[in-house]
Amino acid sequence: MTVTSTQQSVPALSEALATRIADGMRFAGLFAARRDGVITLSAHVTGPDGLDTLEAPLPPGAASYPALTPVVGAAFWYERVIHDATGVIPEGHPRLAPLMAPGSPEDHALPRHVAGYGLFTIPHGPVRSGVFESMEYLVETPGEAIPHLNMRIFYKHRGIAARFAGMTVSDGVLLAERAEGIASVAHALAYCHAVEAIADCEVPREAALLRVVHAELERIANHLDVAMRLADAAGLAVATARFALHKERVLRLVSGLCGSRFGRGVVVPGGVSALPRKNPEDIVAEIGRLEKRVTADGEMLMGTSSFLDRLRGTGPLTSARAREHGALGPIGKASGYADDARLTRPYDAYPLLGTEAARQYSGGDAMTRLRVRFEEVAQAFRLLRHALPEIPEQPRLALRVPCDPPDGRAVGWAEAPQGEVLYDLAIEDGRIVHCQPRSSSFHNLVLMHEVFAGDILTDFPFIEASFGLSVAGAAL
Amino acid sequence: MSIWVLRGLRDGVVTTRWPGRPDEYADSWRGPATVLPDAVISDAGGTLERAEVERLCPAGAIEAIDRLRVDQGRCILCGRCMAARPDLFAWSAGATGSAAAVARQALVVPEEPETKETVAAARAALAARTAALRRSVHIRHVDAGSDGCEEWEIQALLGPVYDVHRLGVFFTASPRHADVLLVTGAGTVGMRGPLRTTYEGMPDPKVVIAVGTDAVSGGLLSDRLTGVAGEVPVDVWVPGSPPSPFSILNALLIATGKLAAGARR
Repeated sequence: MTVTSTQQSVPALSEALATRIADGMRFAGLFAARRDGVITLSAHVTGPDGLDTLEAPLPPGAASYPALTPVVGAAFWYERVIHDATGVIPEGHPRLAPLMAPGSPEDHALPRHVAGYGLFTIPHGPVRSGVFESMEYLVETPGEAIPHLNMRIFYKHRGIAARFAGMTVSDGVLLAERAEGIASVAHALAYCHAVEAIADCEVPREAALLRVVHAELERIANHLDVAMRLADAAGLAVATARFALHKERVLRLVSGLCGSRFGRGVVVPGGVSALPRKNPEDIVAEIGRLEKRVTADGEMLMGTSSFLDRLRGTGPLTSARAREHGALGPIGKASGYADDARLTRPYDAYPLLGTEAARQYSGGDAMTRLRVRFEEVAQAFRLLRHALPEIPEQPRLALRVPCDPPDGRAVGWAEAPQGEVLYDLAIEDGRIVHCQPRSSSFHNLVLMHEVFAGDILTDFPFIEASFGLSVAGAAL
Repeated sequence: MSIWVLRGLRDGVVTTRWPGRPDEYADSWRGPATVLPDAVISDAGGTLERAEVERLCPAGAIEAIDRLRVDQGRCILCGRCMAARPDLFAWSAGATGSAAAVARQALVVPEEPETKETVAAARAALAARTAALRRSVHIRHVDAGSDGCEEWEIQALLGPVYDVHRLGVFFTASPRHADVLLVTGAGTVGMRGPLRTTYEGMPDPKVVIAVGTDAVSGGLLSDRLTGVAGEVPVDVWVPGSPPSPFSILNALLIATGKLAAGARR
């Protein structure tokens, strides 16, 4: 259930937002859209009952508005993006450096936030050693400690949100799948949930089950990727190879089901495109073999003391900060702030399959984040074992219902491996007039600023890998 | 630590022997859309039907007004054209030989007669340039605005299943040590400068491989981002959204002259 309410002015919006967050709702994004020359701010907050969107128009021709960041700290990056995209200045924003726009060459001088003897800045990126997505870290350091870290993600900004405008509803899902490639299924789901909310159509049961199957396989692949990167950072060659092998087997299983290693083309508005090409029994057998291997290697990794020594206490995020920011996915869970959309605002077949609540964690360090991921992998295998036998070999009914959305607007969500993904979608005459995706990668990446307390340069790869985010999703 | 050694032996050898031996998975892989050899659009439907066939493709890869052509460099592998018109279109066969080209126009199928000459010339020039690279090559990867998938597939080449080290292929951190530049992504504004700098930092002879439909043409983003060819001279084009690890491996072998015979295009 999504509710949209319009406020008279930005201060009223700010006040309404603060009230809701004080009542226990979670800040989930702030965006600006220009329609007919008027810029409207939309803020999303989520709670157990659904998602609220609060809006406030800026006065025509306004060059600035009172910033929300001093009231809602989590809006820090969102307002920088608004400034980059519209040129409107959020008055009172603590630091309005470009985030999504390359900015002028002067901005490329290495900024320094910490002053002191012997401090220097290491520009790390955008072309980094190894196979990484492009982004730049500016690491300020006296040599070992990292008192300050700055991030630049504009290198990869592709303008996905702008590209959506004018696309047909059925083409939109193809772009959603390519917004954050490693979470293709989750993005397609969030997009389709928005379309289905506007069209008010219900997905057939078998399609809902198949959506869960693909979403959980994607989760397993992503978490195995994180385990692989962490093992690689610790120099555990065999463990790295083992998790790479498991991940490859998951991707091959996905391609065996649908033809794409990333589950593309499966989720469509109104349902799914086709049944798996393998029969469910073979899939269950293969899942069983995979689960055995992954569990055994996961247990061994979590018992390798030389590995755990590198993760324990590394990159801690306090639960107070996680709550304040509304940290998503495994990062939030590891810091004792769990808001899993599959549980709190369930969709597709999750209510049917009975997702159990995750254990409570409080460590907040890289080790706890990996524990959370392994628990999510185990839970994903359980969900797959429950969901797959329910899928018939021959479709009893259609796998998709006609989904022809009238003019309207809705917000759709799905829990990606990185955390909740939101799609704020508006449709007119069968075409997209506005579509603003919000990935968990964008929402969570800013937290990297705050987790270097006491950590040194050699901890950097562990902290980055333990976040498990995608730059493509952050920069969109 | 020693227990990990034993664990590593558990599954035996998992590495593919491709290209020396065939690999079932490589051969089962679907490539971009292609035009069936006997495909005919009836003239009864006229230009209306032809325009409809063109509109089937959300990425604008189909040309149907004069002749029926598919630009595989724009194909995002969504499968819509073959679902709607199985009489005209089909998936092309997997990674082995058909999924990389040494000239951009060779990705447009069916081939024009003059493309053959261009391809032959491009391949000869590439072979002459890369004669020194046949034993061992070092690769530098640059992401110029990908969606993140291509990085996973390139990373997979370093894993135990594809293990490119067995073919004398290594990844390097420094462009100064690199022979091959693997570029992914649609060529975002922010990455144009860093991409050019990386290319200029590489010693001659060097080879550039555009990995993925985004890098070849911009894919779905082609209204503003048109791939990486505007910034660096691309030698080998690999379509796919994303291309499979076998396709990327295949392109690497073509680029370094190790698979001259297999490169049909």
